[in-house]
Amino acid sequence: MTHTQKRILINNIVMVLSTLSAIIGICFLLWILSVLVANGLDAISATIFMQEGAPPGNINGGLKHALIGQLIIVSYATLFGVPFGILAGTYLSEYGQKSKLAEIIRDISDIMMSAPSIVIGAFVYAIVVAPMGHFSGWAGSIALTIIMIPIILRTTDDMLQLVPSTLREAAFALGAPKYKVIIQVVYRGAKAGILTGILLGVARVAGETAPLLFTSFNNNFLNTNMSEPMASLTVTIYNYATSPYEDWQKLGWAAAFILSMFILTLNILGRLFLLKKKGK
Amino acid sequence: MNNFIDKVFAHSTKIIALVVLLLVAWIFVVLFEHSLESIKAFGFSFIVDTKWAPNLEKFGAFPAIYGSVISTFLAMIMAVPVSIGIAIFLSEIAHVKLKTPAGISIELLAAIPSVIYGMWGLFYFVPIIRDIFGGIGISMLTAGIVLSIMILPFMAAVTRDAMNTTPDILKESAYALGGTKWDVVKDIIIPYAKAGIIGSFILALGRAIGETMAVTFVMGNVHKISADLTQPATSIPVTLANEFAEADSTLYYSSLFELSLLLLVISFSIISIAKFYFLRRKRIA
Repeated sequence: MTHTQKRILINNIVMVLSTLSAIIGICFLLWILSVLVANGLDAISATIFMQEGAPPGNINGGLKHALIGQLIIVSYATLFGVPFGILAGTYLSEYGQKSKLAEIIRDISDIMMSAPSIVIGAFVYAIVVAPMGHFSGWAGSIALTIIMIPIILRTTDDMLQLVPSTLREAAFALGAPKYKVIIQVVYRGAKAGILTGILLGVARVAGETAPLLFTSFNNNFLNTNMSEPMASLTVTIYNYATSPYEDWQKLGWAAAFILSMFILTLNILGRLFLLKKKGK
Repeated sequence: MNNFIDKVFAHSTKIIALVVLLLVAWIFVVLFEHSLESIKAFGFSFIVDTKWAPNLEKFGAFPAIYGSVISTFLAMIMAVPVSIGIAIFLSEIAHVKLKTPAGISIELLAAIPSVIYGMWGLFYFVPIIRDIFGGIGISMLTAGIVLSIMILPFMAAVTRDAMNTTPDILKESAYALGGTKWDVVKDIIIPYAKAGIIGSFILALGRAIGETMAVTFVMGNVHKISADLTQPATSIPVTLANEFAEADSTLYYSSLFELSLLLLVISFSIISIAKFYFLRRKRIA
């Protein structure tokens, strides 16, 4: 065999192997998706949205309590996390820039983005649940807020830096003070990017289970009082899926399907916003 | 007046940015404070002791640490080659028309919550492991495989991004010299993007070691060290997820807090290595 033939042979082997591994990976992922869709569609019905949790064996069980609980917990987390992250990101991009302090904050926040979320749950347990003496929706929202801040901070920082400095200079030349330049020029220029960051941040925290296990805990009934334990879709999935009751497991699949569709939709919307911006 | 608002705005953004730092420091301090009781009671033996018996107030974390290391290791040896394959496929083999949709679907799969992977593992993968290896199917091996599938999309996406940083002109020059695709990957892309690729793997490792939900379903939370990978086991996050809400003594709580602190320190170190050694972030502008 000549040298060239050998190279071509090795090339072909590697190409086949990597295509195969791509196919294997994609097959596994398709398997998970199809299982999710098949079980989810099978379990979904109108009653799920109308009824609260019920004891196993009761055909009238639903997910209303978990859906509403999830919505409340994530909404409060968004309410706290978004302004916090945007302001901190504004500092990094507009004031701190390349200073030592800003670089340290960037690095630490980046590391926090990948830190184990269950540890955040333990932290919130120590500062909120233990002093209060019981699990609560607030504790859950605070845990999710802490997870969301680094994501919003990072995207805001990146997106504000993409705004051309000539725009800022033009506004300064007109005599505008810095805060007005930031609010009226820089924020506007980076609107789509910031919005994408928010959508991705919400999508990320909406799928978090571990930090809610011992903060907002769970509740089999509808509760809108944030000072009490509150159900969430994710913890409900965990509890129902690990229960031995078939009807609960079925509800678990329905919850898993609803949650995944919600998160995928947010992700796709986020991408569309960015694409639209690039297209302009 | 404008001047005043300007100062207020500047200072409040700075304070809020500083709060981020304080928050991280606070997390370490609080976890440390709550671990004190356990640190005093067990000292260093907490890490090496193999006995975890809440009813006897005896807490040794070694089985959990061992489980975290082994399950993550299993996940990595399966996910690394496959994600390199997917990354090569996405950056060099796939047709242009396939590249974008395939790339986006991989990224979307990375966004699916880990609780879903865990649930799939429990209902569809555990029975397969049970049929092949016997036992109950809930095991270290199952956890490693489910974990590898969960980190696969993330790993493939970041590896592909690292490979894509190779300038086209370098690749084209190699093709012009008659290089095969494999020659280009091996002699141009991998040497050029080496740091980024390794950094991506370590970053994925940092995520895998702290991952809770994908493994909690399928690992069993059994504090025993067994050479047999088909036996149930536990890991740090699995122990936390299963036992935190049920702990009934202050020493028990304190031991769980020490586990959290350990996990945070481990993943913080791993992610820092990835960030500072391999992925020195290139600033825009």
